[in-house]
Amino acid sequence: MLELAQLTTGQELPAYIKEPVTKVQLVKYAGASGDFNPLHTDDAFAQKIGMPGVIAHGMLIMGFLGEYVNHLAGTLATVKDFSMRFGAMTFPKDTITCRGVIKETYEKDGSRFAVLTLYAEKGPEKIVGSGEATLQF
Amino acid sequence: MSLAHLIGKTGKPYTVEIEKRHIRQFAEAIGDTNPLYRDEEFAKTTVHGGIIAPPTFPIAMSEESEEELDLGLDYSRMLHGEQRFIYTRAIRPGDVLTCQLKVTDVYERDGKNGTMEFIVMDTEMTDEAGQHVVTSRTNIIYRPISANA
Repeated sequence: MLELAQLTTGQELPAYIKEPVTKVQLVKYAGASGDFNPLHTDDAFAQKIGMPGVIAHGMLIMGFLGEYVNHLAGTLATVKDFSMRFGAMTFPKDTITCRGVIKETYEKDGSRFAVLTLYAEKGPEKIVGSGEATLQF
Repeated sequence: MSLAHLIGKTGKPYTVEIEKRHIRQFAEAIGDTNPLYRDEEFAKTTVHGGIIAPPTFPIAMSEESEEELDLGLDYSRMLHGEQRFIYTRAIRPGDVLTCQLKVTDVYERDGKNGTMEFIVMDTEMTDEAGQHVVTSRTNIIYRPISANA
């Protein structure tokens, strides 16, 4: 859990490693999110459009970053703004590591905020997406 | 800007009741074991004062909104480029949210396969008191036809 008083700009936060993505997980995520695009659940369909097989929902990877953000926020901070830009594709068996860096901390209208730059990687320097979250303390 | 006519297009508002079970299933699919999403006793001890939904949960409501607004676009050319959630407060079980999709911007950028068009769509979610809860902002990349082969 982050303690605002100890955060400094440029500080790297502890990385968070997810279990490898599974095909069952993609089916579960399709059901929970309502995104039933067969690209994420049907290998034959994915191959027909030129993929080696199903790919993960971009929003599942953003969900991993969201898990990381609320893990960092702990019991004291709330997420006010959270964004992600999608880059490379994630496949089943890929292991995603979430990383974060403190971009800035500031005070506004009597509240204190921390802005985090976020990365989701599937290997060293293989970034699948980057994002940003603003936490209110 | 051939898609500029889409700016301002607005879908029919629709209402979603937030269920504890849906929040739990959504967190489970992500593999997110944070008790904040399932354990009321724990959640009461936090700044939130009770169970909340994970930060990306509004996407489960935005999926529905696309059915409410037909933009006449070719879905095979659409790529999800960026996603953002702008929160006034967290979503909670029992919330009855009114959601409405609106095209807020369309712009172009030159890419290596020709000009790419971008469509920005906001799904705004308000509670029963009419207060803003969260805006889900989806940035769609509309690929050129030539890149579609």
